[in-house]
Amino acid sequence: MSAAPTAPAKEPTTFAFSQDYLRRAEQIIAKYPPGRQASAVLPLLDLAQRQCGNWLPRAAMDYVAGILGMAPIRVYEVATFYSMFNLQPVGKWFLQICGTTPCWLRGSDDVIRTCESKLGIKMGETTADGKFTLKEVECLGACVNAPVVQVNDDFYEDLDAASMARLIDALAADQPPPKGSMTGRQNAAPVGGPQTLDGRAPGGDD
Amino acid sequence: MLRDQDRIFTNLYGIHDWKLAGARKRGDWDGTKELILKGRDWIVTQVKDSGLRGRGGAGFPTGMKWSFMPKTFDGRPSYLVINADESEPGTCKDRDILRWDPHKLVEGALLAGVGMGCHAGYIYIRGEFYNEASHIQQAIDEAYAAGLLGKNACGAGWDFDLYLHRGAGAYICGEETALLESLEGKKGQPRLKPPFPAAVGLYGCPTTVNNVETIAVVPTILRRGAPWFASIGRPKNSGTKLFCISGHVERPCNVEESMSIPLKELIERHAGGVRGGWDNLLGIIPGGSSVPVLPRSICDTVLMDFDALREVRSGLGTAAVIVMDKSTDIVKAISRLSKFYMHESCGQCTPCREGTGWMWRVMERMVKGQADLEEIDVLEEVTRQVEGHTICALGDAAAWPIQGLIRHFRPELEKRIAAYKASRPRQAAE
Repeated sequence: MSAAPTAPAKEPTTFAFSQDYLRRAEQIIAKYPPGRQASAVLPLLDLAQRQCGNWLPRAAMDYVAGILGMAPIRVYEVATFYSMFNLQPVGKWFLQICGTTPCWLRGSDDVIRTCESKLGIKMGETTADGKFTLKEVECLGACVNAPVVQVNDDFYEDLDAASMARLIDALAADQPPPKGSMTGRQNAAPVGGPQTLDGRAPGGDD
Repeated sequence: MLRDQDRIFTNLYGIHDWKLAGARKRGDWDGTKELILKGRDWIVTQVKDSGLRGRGGAGFPTGMKWSFMPKTFDGRPSYLVINADESEPGTCKDRDILRWDPHKLVEGALLAGVGMGCHAGYIYIRGEFYNEASHIQQAIDEAYAAGLLGKNACGAGWDFDLYLHRGAGAYICGEETALLESLEGKKGQPRLKPPFPAAVGLYGCPTTVNNVETIAVVPTILRRGAPWFASIGRPKNSGTKLFCISGHVERPCNVEESMSIPLKELIERHAGGVRGGWDNLLGIIPGGSSVPVLPRSICDTVLMDFDALREVRSGLGTAAVIVMDKSTDIVKAISRLSKFYMHESCGQCTPCREGTGWMWRVMERMVKGQADLEEIDVLEEVTRQVEGHTICALGDAAAWPIQGLIRHFRPELEKRIAAYKASRPRQAAE
């Protein structure tokens, strides 16, 4: 569980969805039966976090509570329970490094060391220029492509110290490489190409 | 080895077009209307006869689970909820269905909905799977546009709506009642059972929660027939299965294979073998982080199915095979899992909330050998006190990896304790 919502210096005092996000919020609420609009709290908090630049100030939680007719405390409970809500600002590039056993077996310690030494910060910290935040997270669910790092919405896979360093350089230049394997592997197929489903199977479309 | 023509997930590696046009070429949405018209009872009977058991870890017979849903309407709608909160360490199979074969899941949801009398379904996907959620949403949108979902789905006279719901980071939401709480907009804390979801589930209505892979294999079972699926694997362990092979193998990968394939064959045939050869194997966690580790002697011969792995006091779980070679610090590997469970405990039940942290702290001392020999038994005893004393199975899942470590690698723990004591002779003498 994340920490309780504290009040950092830069907490805005007001929040409202943009026209576009308000329309999307209405579409999300319509997925649930009448009277069950509280179901939309996770997706609406996600929208609010995106509008705020990848973090969730208290004013945004209060705003979402107002839209959904929920007591603010119920929204705070949710915002502090789920790990994806950032209750403090994070850097432009938010690097979430998986350190759970399958990634650890494949060298996530090297990836973590590379991040920390190259950026000069520790896990949980943000660079002074606000460009990078580092966080060690639990299993991201891409274990056959370990080690894995999530950068904002995208997964980068099959990393090692050298490719992690290259990834950081690219992000520093605001030129993120294509998401997925950093070794050019075909998704979750074995290195060297699929040993099954190699196109001879019925239904192969090429 | 399973033949390619018996593989269900023919776009597992994302080589082909995953959208509707490509999915139709691979046989998805073929004759769905006729399958629906055969009716609810036929669908449930086929699934029962296929021997399909839930692919999310527990292995409960799917057809039987479906038959628990009410047959008569009491004013409450019935819901299908699909568990796409894939977060069990080692497991990344549903991810490949979600991103590369999303139409198998969407079509399966419709057919499962008919089989259980549901007119609405929700797919609960873990929040981190942002790009996977995008593929599923596009597949749903395509299906609506083509008349395959919604009013009079597939022209078969059944209304069925399917919605995608993104989570926000919480392993516990993979537990079905925590998932329902989360879907209702609350903290993901499991509910006491009974009542079971089939009686009181989402919004207090009858609900069945199924894993992604379970639902996604249903259309193929209905098209090819229950006997085909049942003929693969051993009795009561039938069908094909997605395996995730991670850790110290030459070529980690996902692969669809027959249930009951020998573990050694699975690894050698599909993952290029253990790094440094089979003799370099230390141990394998055969079914995701929650199941006990197996030493090499068992890995030599064990079959990969529910019953065979249960007989060796482990489990098939999610069929996520985590391989560790002899370079592995096995105590550290298990301790890292203890840290995972501590992080993911929802905090509701005292034995789990306090026990997971306690077990991790002791495990960290065991890594260094900074413990007394008797503490191995104390640790084991505490795992027994957590196991079975919590609302959901997270407490069990935190206990089992440690129990497996003590059962099979106790000498390693003892050796470290002795080495630590030897390195500090003065304290040891006191």
